[in-house]
Amino acid sequence: MPDPFVLRALAAGIGIALIAGPLGCFVVWRRMAYFGDSLAHSALLGIALGLLTGISSNLGTVLVCSGFALILLWLQHTRVFATDTLLGILAHAALSLGMVAISFADNQRFDLHSYLFGDILTVQVRDLYWIYGGGAVVLALLCRNWLSLTLMTIHEDLARAEGVRTFWVNLMLMMLMTIVVAVSIRIVGILLITALLAIPAATARQWVRSPEAMAILAALFGLVAVFGGIFGSAYLDTPTGPSIVTAATILFAVLLPLSALLKNRFSF
Amino acid sequence: MENLISAKNVTVIRDRQTILDDVSVDVGARDFLTIIGPNGAGKSMLLKCLMGFYAPDKGHVTTRPGLRVGYVPQRLVADPTIPITVRRFLTLRKKVKQQELDRVIAETAIEPSLNKPLAVLSGGELQRVLLARALLNDPELLVLDEPAQNLDITGQLAFYKLLETVYRERNISVLMVSHDLHLVMSSTRNVLCLFHEVCCIGEPRTVTRDPEFISLFGPDMAQLMASYQHHDHHAHSHGHSHDHSHADACRHPEPSPQTTGEEQTDIPSAKTESSSHA
Repeated sequence: MPDPFVLRALAAGIGIALIAGPLGCFVVWRRMAYFGDSLAHSALLGIALGLLTGISSNLGTVLVCSGFALILLWLQHTRVFATDTLLGILAHAALSLGMVAISFADNQRFDLHSYLFGDILTVQVRDLYWIYGGGAVVLALLCRNWLSLTLMTIHEDLARAEGVRTFWVNLMLMMLMTIVVAVSIRIVGILLITALLAIPAATARQWVRSPEAMAILAALFGLVAVFGGIFGSAYLDTPTGPSIVTAATILFAVLLPLSALLKNRFSF
Repeated sequence: MENLISAKNVTVIRDRQTILDDVSVDVGARDFLTIIGPNGAGKSMLLKCLMGFYAPDKGHVTTRPGLRVGYVPQRLVADPTIPITVRRFLTLRKKVKQQELDRVIAETAIEPSLNKPLAVLSGGELQRVLLARALLNDPELLVLDEPAQNLDITGQLAFYKLLETVYRERNISVLMVSHDLHLVMSSTRNVLCLFHEVCCIGEPRTVTRDPEFISLFGPDMAQLMASYQHHDHHAHSHGHSHDHSHADACRHPEPSPQTTGEEQTDIPSAKTESSSHA
């Protein structure tokens, strides 16, 4: 029987993998990887907010990331700069602001490293509530809007012409990303969240023929990466967050050429 | 008869530029209205307003309640990262009876593409698939935004021919933005010539003789258009295909370079294509 902290780590990892798989598909399809990364950078400001005001850092992260997403939407609407310029400005502004704010806090117990790369082995039961509560919200909304989102991803105006309220669905997707970022910081850290979203989904792509199959397979690959990463890090005494991403990368590196070799004969 | 869509005094100003200026237009039942105009004339914006994607700054658009609209976008860049087959795409977010699906598949001749991934289709196949999807609602109005822009001339001819058949057989209305006036001349009932404001509107025959049309596209274009119309008419009365009329049009003088607009650039290619077939 593994130690309780390993069980909690596994439970957290499983939860994140199950959410990250389906959401990661949209990150890959809608080219949101850079957006996810910027969102994660801005999370540091949320953590600082948590430290300064005493509210939960999860809540602080959700608040700051939502603000980040809304400012981005508004700036995109003004059409003065391209989105990647805006993201570059906002992400690093929020990151720097976060670091400056943290320096004002009484930060005896602040461990920057654990926020950058995650600290899954110190996950508490309270964190599990956040992961599974947030995850349930994310999956429920994702399932409910799945067809609209998929159609929008293929052609936004076509979806709009067929009655999808694209602005709101877009906003919802951004908010779901903020939740996932907020709850996964403990697992893989700010710098690696996008990898957890993008790598399993990208790995699944070559093996599927339908959007739904890609979401399910991405969640499965995420699970494999989480188990591989946690047990691998215990065995080799390596940092857990980066080990999970490394496991996901190994899976990607093995399966991509394999699918080409098999000429996509095994697709779901 | 009640109009399907009606725009009254629509004005759109963006970045202090007047995109649309007091545009009024009606789309009635069994209408086939083609919106033409140079690049940047506000054609797409007008379509967006008519579709309700964009609220005009002044004026208003009324749509008949419960109107079923089928929309065919300009182009669909199918991202290969989305795994989806044509069959699935057709019915994505739609409830369609098998019988209805079969009818539309036969109508648009997309049977061979059904099990292919959406991303590998050729331009012509893709436009037919988009048309098929639009037809699945049993629409009363088809809205098309430059549907053949990315096709070669053979593809354009084939697409417009299909569109005309659909229009005739289904008794629906069609609203289209198109650069290819010379190709839709015989199908379209009305032409709206747009340059921020309505320059002229009416039957293709009258429009091409309108001084506004001539000032917008140049006299050569107007003459060329008039000839297309004449030959198309001729061709129809004898039950010929459209290609014939294009071969005939080759005898007309080239449009002069200084009046070259978007529409005219298509014509030399039309000539080479049709003469190579001849």
